Amino acid sequence: MSFRTLLLGAVSTLALAGLAHAETLTIATVNNGDMVRMQKLAEDFTKKNPDIQLEWVTLEENVLRQRVTTDIATKGGQYDVMTIGTYEVPIWAKQGWLLPLDGLASDYDADDLLPAIKDAVSYEGKLYASPFYGESAMVMYRKDLAEKAGVTIPEKPTWDQIAEAAKKMTDKSTETYGICLRGKAGWGENMALLTAMANSFGARWFDEKWTPQFDQPEWKKALTFYTDLMKEAGPAGASSNGFNENLALFQTGKCGIWIDATVAASFVTNPKESKVADQVGFALFPTGGVENHGNWLWAWNLGIPAGTQKAEAAQKFVSWATDKAYTELVASKEGWANVPPGTRKSLYANPEYEKAAPFAKITLQAMNAADTSKPTVKPVPYTGGQFVAVPEFQGIGTAVGQQFSAALAGSIKVDQALQSAQQLTTREMTKGGYIK
Amino acid sequence: MARAVKTRTKLTFTIIGWTIGFLIFFPILWTFLTSFKSEGTAIATPPQFLFFDWTLENYHEVQSRSDYGKHVMNSIVISVGSTLLGLLLAIPAAWAMAFSPTKRTKDILMWMLSTKMMPAVGVLVPLYLIFRDWGLLDTRIGLVAVLTMINLPIIVWMLYTYFKEIPGEILEAARMDGASLAKEIVYVLTPMAVPGIASTMLLNIILAWNEAFWTLNLTAANAAPLTAFIASYSSPEGLFWAKLSAASTMAIAPILVMGWFSQKQLVRGLTFGAVK
Amino acid sequence: MATLQTRATARLMMSPAVILLFLWMIVPLAMTLYFSFLRYNLLMPGTEEYIGVVNYQYFLTDPAFFTALGNTLMLVGGTLLITVIGGILLALVLDQPFFGQGIVRLLVIAPFFVMPTVSALVWKNMLMHPVNGLFAWIARTFGFQPIDWFAQLPLFSIILIVAWQWLPFATLILLTALQSLDGEQIEAAEMDGAGVFSRFYYLVLPHLSRAITVVILIQTIFLLSVFAEILVTTNGGPGIQTTNITYLIYMQALLQFDVGGASAGGIVAVVLANIVAFFLIRLIGKNLER
Repeated sequence: MSFRTLLLGAVSTLALAGLAHAETLTIATVNNGDMVRMQKLAEDFTKKNPDIQLEWVTLEENVLRQRVTTDIATKGGQYDVMTIGTYEVPIWAKQGWLLPLDGLASDYDADDLLPAIKDAVSYEGKLYASPFYGESAMVMYRKDLAEKAGVTIPEKPTWDQIAEAAKKMTDKSTETYGICLRGKAGWGENMALLTAMANSFGARWFDEKWTPQFDQPEWKKALTFYTDLMKEAGPAGASSNGFNENLALFQTGKCGIWIDATVAASFVTNPKESKVADQVGFALFPTGGVENHGNWLWAWNLGIPAGTQKAEAAQKFVSWATDKAYTELVASKEGWANVPPGTRKSLYANPEYEKAAPFAKITLQAMNAADTSKPTVKPVPYTGGQFVAVPEFQGIGTAVGQQFSAALAGSIKVDQALQSAQQLTTREMTKGGYIK
Repeated sequence: MARAVKTRTKLTFTIIGWTIGFLIFFPILWTFLTSFKSEGTAIATPPQFLFFDWTLENYHEVQSRSDYGKHVMNSIVISVGSTLLGLLLAIPAAWAMAFSPTKRTKDILMWMLSTKMMPAVGVLVPLYLIFRDWGLLDTRIGLVAVLTMINLPIIVWMLYTYFKEIPGEILEAARMDGASLAKEIVYVLTPMAVPGIASTMLLNIILAWNEAFWTLNLTAANAAPLTAFIASYSSPEGLFWAKLSAASTMAIAPILVMGWFSQKQLVRGLTFGAVK
Repeated sequence: MATLQTRATARLMMSPAVILLFLWMIVPLAMTLYFSFLRYNLLMPGTEEYIGVVNYQYFLTDPAFFTALGNTLMLVGGTLLITVIGGILLALVLDQPFFGQGIVRLLVIAPFFVMPTVSALVWKNMLMHPVNGLFAWIARTFGFQPIDWFAQLPLFSIILIVAWQWLPFATLILLTALQSLDGEQIEAAEMDGAGVFSRFYYLVLPHLSRAITVVILIQTIFLLSVFAEILVTTNGGPGIQTTNITYLIYMQALLQFDVGGASAGGIVAVVLANIVAFFLIRLIGKNLER
């Protein structure tokens, strides 16, 4: 063995040691079921990539959002992979805060993504985040209660049909409430539902000149309808119910109809969690006199902050967590009904998934129907279905949500709520420089 | 006769006392019980009090999702560290204020307390920027520093009120005997001040343990204490009451047990000069 | 007897704490003050510019501002009322000898160790929930309509939760003070035929006054910045019925990411806090001087 080979050997050992030196990715995720499952399955990733270690920061949705936004905006650099919504992706991409995902694994197959979702996570034609699961909104109802009340809910219901059915299903003596809708104030809580609902009544947030439209009859009709229906057929405490609270109510058999995110379908039909698993029927999001199904579209996505030193490893992880193989991994471990829904065409073409998930067809239908570039009947200057994709919306949406939540609780009148909403939105939009 | 009356009053107070105690403690007890239920039982009506299938599944679930040990360690390091550092800074200051008061002592004291009224959320961004530049984000040192500053006013004030109770004459006497400053502190002051220092320390460990704004906003993975651990259970999808209860029990158990064991020491100095 | 030397030593001993606290206050405060005159939104970098007092204008003319101010005072006042009165009663009970006194005392102080987030979550979901909560079940068992706490009595519900957390603190301080009361004096009064209430009013209450002042001071400092309880339970709603100043600033800072607006709000809050502090100092100063 010559000195040279020895040296070469030493150098390559060093190089190997350098490679083996583990990189640690810090991943911020939201604490919902699908993401928690990903964390549990992550061993599969670390086994395939022994040089990458994973650190998890799992937080409740609102806390997560405030943490990652503060961090990315100040370039704090605490996270290498962030879970972000379709609301953030275009806004952040525009600021150059996100790394364009051009280094994903070769079998990632971006063309397999559902077109609506792919649009939502792209900016100027480039993919800036990879969708983990996606959702639209739809009607979930109890077939047994509907039958008992003698009502049928068509596949494309109107709000009037929903209201009639809900009222007939209600039996407050047995704690059965005809309808459960979100009421907890927040731009991602009650305002998601109410914005979609208003869309389906022909309303819009702003006209082309960014003038708020809460003083228009469509909003009044939508909000009056909502509060009246909830008063007559809704559960007690509706003004503090969000997605989770309603899910718990529905799963314990206390709701007749629940209109919410499609992702809930797999929870309410899961016999391990839901008392009513075998009695759930589905329908499209209702319409209120105009041809608009609300255009609700949302996805939780994995994005990578632009400043990260670990871009390569991060992209590896993002590919692993959102490609087709991950779907199969979940299916093999937890069954097809539990795979993250709503991101890929191939999933909905899979007969096994359709068999395991009775809600697959209608979910796909709802997702394909959602058009976030033209969310309302009348023209608008913004994009986004159940939200308005401008940075100010989180604050405005939450403040308006507080007003509407108060109207639901009955502490102020509908007219008052709309008036305050109009005022405060005008204020903020003026401050933001939209209204000159 | 008098004895009988006494026993009867004693019995009455026993009933009243236990009822109130039970009612106040009930939310914690209920959380504890719920943590051993299945999710279905946790939400059942009528509620199940004791006779249900006790299960440890929630604790397994919580432990499999997050590294409880790491969070507890961080909580301990941060709360104890910040309290000790705070005492180190506060003991001399409070000593000086109590024994060499000037006209401005009271003002300084009140100014210190008023810094605590600054709304944390208003200065989050400035502090976040400072932390980023100094590389303190998500470090225990950074959190120890912040919590020290947050609790320092309370520490100084508690110690000050306590030190003031120590009769000055004793110190004078010691000084007359030619005791040096160091000796004065070690032999005269310390024994008298220990109960006050102990309870100040305990109170501040509790306050630091439960501080949930900075500990959540300045950490990510490495330095996150139990407050961050809880934030990942606060409203997940699906039924979550039992898991939430298990996580809550795990988060409060260490400090509750510590508090109970050191209750006597905690109470002894917790007077803020209110007892003459 | 304070010589020049001891005074210098005293100053030296105080300086680390004072200087550090001063820096801790002044640096963020100066930055906040600076930001408050800028248009500065974290989500829109590059648009920072000097805009004068516009942020203050918007914050102070926010229709929510005065409601939030009122809510803040209600929250502090209501909680103080409950904890002080409850604390006195509880201390009186705990001061009596009875079986298992030590254990009851442990039970009573327990809520103080619970993190605000945890207690808010537990109260909201497991006790006060109008459908599945324990209170609702109790109400129904007795044939009443369950109260929808966070819709019908939002601010009171939050006061209740916060009061539960602080009751042990008040009780402990008041109990310690009570135990130092001269037993012979009470007995003498009893001999003189003074009733239970006049004994309480003329002897016990004056004795407790200093302790009560302390409770008020310490709790006010913490209650002015109540935040987690509101975030977890009502998000400041319904409407703005439970929005306090801290929550209002939170909405600016962490929902709008409007650093300029939040800074202006922060400065306003500091000014308000100092006004409160001023009155507190008066109150305390009078009561704590001997």
